[in-house]
Amino acid sequence: MLEIKNLKASINERSILKGLNLHIKPGELHAIMGPNGSGKSTLANVLSGKKGYEITGEINFEGESLKAVSVEERAQKGIFLAFQYPLEIPGVNTNNFLKTSLNSILKAKGKKELDTLSFLKLVKEKSSELGIDEKILSRQLNVGFSGGEKKKNEILQMKILDPNLSILDETDSGLDIDALKIIAKGVNSSRDDKKSFLVITHYQRLLEYIKPDFVHVLSDGKIVRTGCGELAEELEKTGYKKIN
Amino acid sequence: MRQQELEKAKDYKYGFTTDIESIRAPKGLNEEVIKFISNIKKEPKWMLEWRLKAFNRLKSIKEPNWQKPKYPKIDYQNLYYYSAPKSAKDKPKSLDEVDPKLIETYKKLGIPLKEQEKLAGVAVDAVFDSVSVATTFKDKLTEKGIIFCPISEAIQKHPDLVKKYLGSVIPITDHYFATLNSAVFTDGSFVYIPEGVRCPMELSTYFRINASETGQFERTLIIADKGSYVSYLEGCTAPMRDENQLHAANVELVALDDAEIKYSTVQNWYPGDKDGKGGIYNFVTKRGLCKGKNSKISWTQVETGSAITWKYPSCILKGDNSVGEFYSIAITNNYQKADTGTKMIHLGKNTKSKIISKGISAGHADNTYRGLVDINKNALNARNYTQCDSLLMGNKCGAHTVPYIKNKNSSSTIEHEATTSKINEDQLYYCNQRGLNQEESVGLIVNGFCKEVLQQLPMEFAVEAQKLVGISLEGSVG
Ligand SMILES: Nc1ncnc2c1ncn2[C@@H]1O[C@H](COP(=O)(O)OP(=O)(O)OP(=O)(O)O)[C@@H](O)[C@H]1O
Ligand SMILES: [Mg+2]
Repeated sequence: MLEIKNLKASINERSILKGLNLHIKPGELHAIMGPNGSGKSTLANVLSGKKGYEITGEINFEGESLKAVSVEERAQKGIFLAFQYPLEIPGVNTNNFLKTSLNSILKAKGKKELDTLSFLKLVKEKSSELGIDEKILSRQLNVGFSGGEKKKNEILQMKILDPNLSILDETDSGLDIDALKIIAKGVNSSRDDKKSFLVITHYQRLLEYIKPDFVHVLSDGKIVRTGCGELAEELEKTGYKKIN
Repeated sequence: MRQQELEKAKDYKYGFTTDIESIRAPKGLNEEVIKFISNIKKEPKWMLEWRLKAFNRLKSIKEPNWQKPKYPKIDYQNLYYYSAPKSAKDKPKSLDEVDPKLIETYKKLGIPLKEQEKLAGVAVDAVFDSVSVATTFKDKLTEKGIIFCPISEAIQKHPDLVKKYLGSVIPITDHYFATLNSAVFTDGSFVYIPEGVRCPMELSTYFRINASETGQFERTLIIADKGSYVSYLEGCTAPMRDENQLHAANVELVALDDAEIKYSTVQNWYPGDKDGKGGIYNFVTKRGLCKGKNSKISWTQVETGSAITWKYPSCILKGDNSVGEFYSIAITNNYQKADTGTKMIHLGKNTKSKIISKGISAGHADNTYRGLVDINKNALNARNYTQCDSLLMGNKCGAHTVPYIKNKNSSSTIEHEATTSKINEDQLYYCNQRGLNQEESVGLIVNGFCKEVLQQLPMEFAVEAQKLVGISLEGSVG
C-alpha cells in the first residue's frame, strides 16, 4: 500500500525528516508516536503532497511513485489526511464542501457523481452510524466549531470519502471520552483487509480502542523504534527519554 | 415592423446613405445624428427636444478624470451612435464559427445550446424558444396592469409616465456620460408597476427579444408605484460579445410610498485578453430615488467582466423611513480594473442604508471601492452600515478602499468596517487535500467570501453567478 524509503524532508533550510523508512501493507493500522516537534505532522503533510518541502527518497503508493503527483491527485487516489488543526473556511457550507469533494473524487475514479439527494442520504447514514449530530454539516465549514466538533467532522469526512489510506494527525487530542469513542468507531468500522491507517497520537488511550498492528516511535526525523501494542503502554510509563 | 423602420430610414431626409442590410447613422456626434436616432425611433417632438437639450449641455462639459483606472482618450466623433442590429448575413452561421473559448465557457456555465447560439450572436432561423415564453409571460403582466416594454415603445405609448420620470433621478445635466446617454440613448427597458401590485415574477431583460443588441447607450427606467414590489434582473452570466467598446448606460429607479425595487445585475462583458488588450469600458450611471415614505431600493451587482468597470449604483433616500442597500461583488483578473461602489444620500428622517462590498483582485488587476455616505441635516436618526472586504490573489494586484463620509446630523449612526486579506494558502491546501483542484478550491473559497452578496441574488441567478465567480478567476492562483 505505502512504502517509504529513506525519506528526507526539509523546509526553509531546516531538515525535519532525516531518513525515514516505513512499510504499510493493505489492511494494516500503524500508529506513530513521538515527542513534540519530532516531525509527525511533517510526515503527514509530505505524504499528502503539501508544497514547500524539499524532498529526497521514495514514496510509493499502491505501487506508484508519488513524486510528481499533486495534492488533489493524491486525494483522488485515496489518500486522506485528518488534520491536526482543521481549517475554517467562512461562507462555505460544510455539506456543500463535502459533496463537491466527494464528487471530485468519484469523478477522478471514473465513477458516477452523486446528486444532492443521494449525497444527503449517505451523510445521514454515516453520521448516525458514528453518532455525530448532522446539524454541524449545515454550518459554515469548521467556523465556530469546538475543537472536538472539528475532529469529529474530519472523521465524518473520512467515512464519506472512503479512502484507502487514512492518515490521522492527532485526531484524538483534546477529545472527551465520548468523542474519542466516536473517532475509534469511525476507524474500526472502516477497517478491512484493503484499507490502511497511519494514526499519529500522543496517547495510548486511543490505542486501547483501536488496536494497532505496529507502533513506531518517531524521534528527530527518524523512526527509532518499532513494536506492537505493548510499546505504546511502555511509552506511557517511561516517556521518550529512554528511547533516545 | 423592423422592415418598415428600415424603409423609412432609407428615405430619411438627411440623405444618409443606408442600405437595408446595415442601416446606421454616419460616424460622429452632432445634431443630425441625434435627429436621425429620434426619427428612426419615431419619437415625439418633446423627446427630441430633450435629447438636444442634453446634447447642448454636453458641449460645455468635460469627461471626469478623478477615477483610478485611466483609459486612452475616446474620440467621440469616431463612434457610430446608431446601427441596426446585424442582419443574418453578417452573423456566424453556427457555433462552429464562434471562438471555441467562448463556447467552452458557455458549457461550463451549463447554458443550453439554443441560448448559446443567441448569446454568441449566431443567426438562428427557427423562432427562438423565448418568443413563446415571452408571450405567455407578457399576458400575465398585462393582467396585473404592469408595463414592461422597450423604452422606445414606452415613449410612444406611455408618454406621460416617461415625461414625468425620465431624467428625474439622473438629470440630463448630471455628468458627462449621463448627459451623453441622454442625448443618444438607443434603447433599454421601461417598467411600471401599478399601485399595490406585487410583480409575480422576476423581470429580466432576458425575456426581451434583441435585448442583447440594444447597444452601448442603454436607458432603463423603472417606476414602482405606491405599495408595489418588483425584482428586476439585468445582464447575464454568459460572456457577451459586443463590438462597441464604450458602454454608457443610464438606469433610473423611482420608488413611491411603501414600494420596493430590487435590482440585480450580473455583468460579464468582454474583459480583454490576458495581456489587457481590448475589452469593454463599462461606465454606467445607476441611481434610485426612494421618493416615498417607507420605500426601499436594493442594488445587487456581480461585476466580473469589462476591461474597466466604473459605476456607483446609488440611492437617494428622500422619503422618511426609506431604505437603501448596495451589495456588490467586483472581480478583476489579469489587467482588468474596477472603480465601483455606491452613494447613499440620506435626506429623510429615519433613513437607513447598508453597503456590503466584496472586491476580489487577481493577476495584475486593480480594484477600488469608492463610496459616499452623505447624511443631510434633516435626516434625523439616519443609519448607515458599511462593510468592505478585499481579497487579493498573488502580489501583483491592488485593492483600495475609499470611503467618503459627510455627516451633517449629530443624531445619525455610521458604522464602517473594512478588511483586506490574501487568499489563504492553508485553506487552499485543505481543499486540495479533499480532492478539489486549484480552480475548484479558489471558486469555493471566493464564493464563501462573497456569500453575503450572492445570497441576495434571486435563486436562478445565484447558481449561475457562483459558477461565474470560479470561472472569472481561472488561472489566478498558480
Ligand atoms: N515551515 C516550517 N519552517 C520551519 N520549521 C518548521 C516548519 N514546519 C515545521 N517546522 C519545524 O519542524 C519540526 C517538526 O514539526 P512537526 O509539526 O512535524 O512536529 P510534530 O511531530 O507534529 O509535533 P507535535 O507533536 O507538537 O504536533 C518542528 O520543530 C517545527 O518547528
Ligand atoms: Mg503535529
